[in-house]
Amino acid sequence: MTYLEAINDALRLAMRDDERVILLGEDIGELGGAFKATEGLLREFGAARVIDTPIAEEAVIGSAVGAAIVGMRPVCEMQFADFVACAFDQIVNVAGKLHYRLDLAAPIVVRLPSGGGFSGGPYHSQNPEAWFLHSPGLKVLAPSSPEDAKGLLLGAIADPNPVLFLEHKHLYRRIRGDVPEQAYETPFSARTVRDGDELVVIAYGAMVHTALEAIDALPDASIRLLDLRSLAPLDEDAILEAVRACSKVVIVDEANYTCALGAQVSSLIAERAFEHLEGPIVRVATPDVPIPFAPSLEAAVLPSAERIRAACDELLAY
Amino acid sequence: MSRPTDKAGGMSTLSAQSVGQTGAPHARRGESPAQLELSDRVAMFRFMALHRAIEERGLSLYKQGKVVGSFYDGRGQEATCVGATFALGSGDPICPLIRDLGAHLVKGTTPYAILAHYLGRGDGVSRGREGNVHFGEATRGVIGMVSMLADTMVVAVGMALAFKLRGEQRCSLAFFGDGATSVGDWHEAMNFAAVQRVPAIFVLEQNGYAYSTPSALQYAVDPLERAAAYGIAGVGVEGNDVEAVFEVVSAARERALAGGGPTLIAARTMRMHGHGAHDDARYVPAGVLEHWSELDPIALQRARLIAADVDVEAIEAGVTAEVDDATTRALASPLADPATAATGVFAVGEPAVVGYGDAPWSGFR
Repeated sequence: MTYLEAINDALRLAMRDDERVILLGEDIGELGGAFKATEGLLREFGAARVIDTPIAEEAVIGSAVGAAIVGMRPVCEMQFADFVACAFDQIVNVAGKLHYRLDLAAPIVVRLPSGGGFSGGPYHSQNPEAWFLHSPGLKVLAPSSPEDAKGLLLGAIADPNPVLFLEHKHLYRRIRGDVPEQAYETPFSARTVRDGDELVVIAYGAMVHTALEAIDALPDASIRLLDLRSLAPLDEDAILEAVRACSKVVIVDEANYTCALGAQVSSLIAERAFEHLEGPIVRVATPDVPIPFAPSLEAAVLPSAERIRAACDELLAY
Repeated sequence: MSRPTDKAGGMSTLSAQSVGQTGAPHARRGESPAQLELSDRVAMFRFMALHRAIEERGLSLYKQGKVVGSFYDGRGQEATCVGATFALGSGDPICPLIRDLGAHLVKGTTPYAILAHYLGRGDGVSRGREGNVHFGEATRGVIGMVSMLADTMVVAVGMALAFKLRGEQRCSLAFFGDGATSVGDWHEAMNFAAVQRVPAIFVLEQNGYAYSTPSALQYAVDPLERAAAYGIAGVGVEGNDVEAVFEVVSAARERALAGGGPTLIAARTMRMHGHGAHDDARYVPAGVLEHWSELDPIALQRARLIAADVDVEAIEAGVTAEVDDATTRALASPLADPATAATGVFAVGEPAVVGYGDAPWSGFR
């Protein structure tokens, strides 16, 4: 099934399995969501559990927190990840701090259709994960495959904490894969997509696929690909193990360069695996610009397979 | 009671006033009167006196440098939070704000837990993680305030949404002040609550100021009038009359549980101190505080109880003794353990949900 179908499948299974699971978002009912991630769920579960909300992102997240603290398991959809900026306060100041301040868990999931690559322009292409990585109390997931999308979403719904779930729009219909039929939870840890021992590429989300393309273009090199899957918590052990094994590392973010997750990964490696490095830590990311609309401009800023290939090539020769 | 002429307090000489709207019943004082027994009227007096005594003690400890950071109190507004919370059932959670210490007391939080909290002690309500009025015992149905105003109003809507969805006879209540009505979340909460017709009660403590900004610079239309625009019930009440507040909130609760949707209550009152202990409130025009001091909520209830032959001095002596004892024990308890500073950011395992608090009104027994 597709990545999008896997998300729909996870939502359906969670709602069948647990009456506490409700959905909140804009246009998620009759329309099935702007991307059809909730298609068919209104029909099966009714308007009491699939709640079309006003265009009010603070209300979506804040009311989800309210429902969660009295025993529900709300899953919110931001129509595009970009709009989570409008709900930033509820996520950062209410949901994220609730357990530390009040001993009160807020088991909510915020689904974030994120990323660019299809001329969405500055307000429909962003990768906002770093905004939340800096804020305590939040978990942040970013699956790259249909199997992980389903398992991580079910894991997120079962988790007692606020979880931001980045689903890359460019993967929705483009990526297919085998997905187990039953419900299962994927651990919040990294996964080795391809083994290798000369260099490791660390990526997540759509960049896993772009990196694979780049690695395929270097058939003579033994390149490992590590898919982080969970950005918070960060699987530090898997990162350090990969660096120790490969000694050279390229870190890829589709997000803007400064303070992206890759900066944190880079810092981790510099602090704790410096002696295992046989070359500089190399980062490939989107420069610090809004994501432009024109295909020529967008392609000029988003990391491409060619940019990643070139970075690997150069580092291999170091 | 006569009213002052400033905008916040000068709306009406009536004890309660309804603002029209379509589709939902209006609540007027006396329309659906909930009965208060003498024991209830005494209990509310005691909660108000305790509210004030704890804050007076906290302020004193702050001035001595024993309470650090900042200090905020709700002097003059005790009747609104006590009367409103007294009308709620055990399963009705509240989202108190900065002036609502009495709400915590009605729900069952002890003076000791509050004083230990003020002092940053390990066994205070927030175990040292929060200070001053930022606390709440979730186990008693109290959601501690968030400084970003109107944030917890939206949370209250979500709790009410869950109650409605599960068919439970519960409602939620959120307190807020004049300034919070300007924030986008306030609108989002009111609108979403109205659209979903959730069992929520919104209590505006209309004291005429947001820190130093007078209401005239905060809004051009009285927030109570907005209720009709959202399609929900709106009720004004004398916020310094604890029994009047109890009555309108009780009626709002009845409406909420009957499926009548949310109610906006505007309780007219006055903040008798500055925004915080650091604020001398020099911006409040001369005469306003003098006027409101004659409308003191505790004095009003005290006079009623004296007329009913209640020994109020014995109650007051009991309150003082309780606060003395709580203060002594709180000062003797250790500061929060530094080893706990980075723990508990995340929940582990199946989490506890918001608990049930006390519901002392005789009508619930």
